[in-house]
Amino acid sequence: MAKSKPRVKLPKKAAKGEVIQIKTLISHKMESGQRKDSKTGEKIPRQIINKFICKFNGKEVFSADWHGAVSANPYMSFYTVASESGSFEFSWYDDDGSVYTKTAKIAVQ
Amino acid sequence: MTESKETRQPTRREFVFALGAGGLAVATITLLPAGAAADSAAVTEAMKKLIGETAPLDGRITLEVPQIAENGNTVPITVEVDSPMSDQDYCKAVHIFAEGNPLPNVASFRFTPACGKAAASTRVRLAKTQNVIVLAEMSDGKVYMSKAEVKVTIGGCGG
Repeated sequence: MAKSKPRVKLPKKAAKGEVIQIKTLISHKMESGQRKDSKTGEKIPRQIINKFICKFNGKEVFSADWHGAVSANPYMSFYTVASESGSFEFSWYDDDGSVYTKTAKIAVQ
Repeated sequence: MTESKETRQPTRREFVFALGAGGLAVATITLLPAGAAADSAAVTEAMKKLIGETAPLDGRITLEVPQIAENGNTVPITVEVDSPMSDQDYCKAVHIFAEGNPLPNVASFRFTPACGKAAASTRVRLAKTQNVIVLAEMSDGKVYMSKAEVKVTIGGCGG
């Protein structure tokens, strides 16, 4: 499978106490485990990203558990309060054990 | 004699019709796994696993889904829960279920007071026209529920 490419969008700067939106997207086929191979008729085994976690300065802010019914190239958007400058760490956990990560910085005035 | 001969050799029309019926039977067979969908009982079971015996209340949830989804493979869904998101009173989690999918669970979002706003969006697969059910778990132990029907033109989940 092609390497999963995570993408994250959030403001570079924010005022203290402002609620900002974070949008994330990662390329992944999210094989649901329900599809069948058209030639052999056998079920294609499930391979999805089952967990997404967003941490800010090491502390968990938001997380999501995903099941087979989440679309391919999963999109996730959520909010957080801009409390201080620092960095966000995003991680996606694949069924096969791999973890895709991405970091983003924010400056809070 | 001629009549019995006719019955033995189907006419072209009969033949085409038989093919069609056969094709239909094949289609039904391939659709069966999708037909073995999670019904409301399976959803109730899945809910119990996540929230226990708590009886869900109405309100506080804004669930945004399209009324008609042309493509069941990617249906946008936005959930917003009315909560102050303070350290004492916040929305802990949101769970999404699909009544008509092969598996009832879709996704769970876990919030913290640092979220500021208990709202999130994602994109999901829906196998057919069905109800999408959302539960919101609050920090005080209360659970709220909301549901919406989505009409799906082309189902997701393959099959």
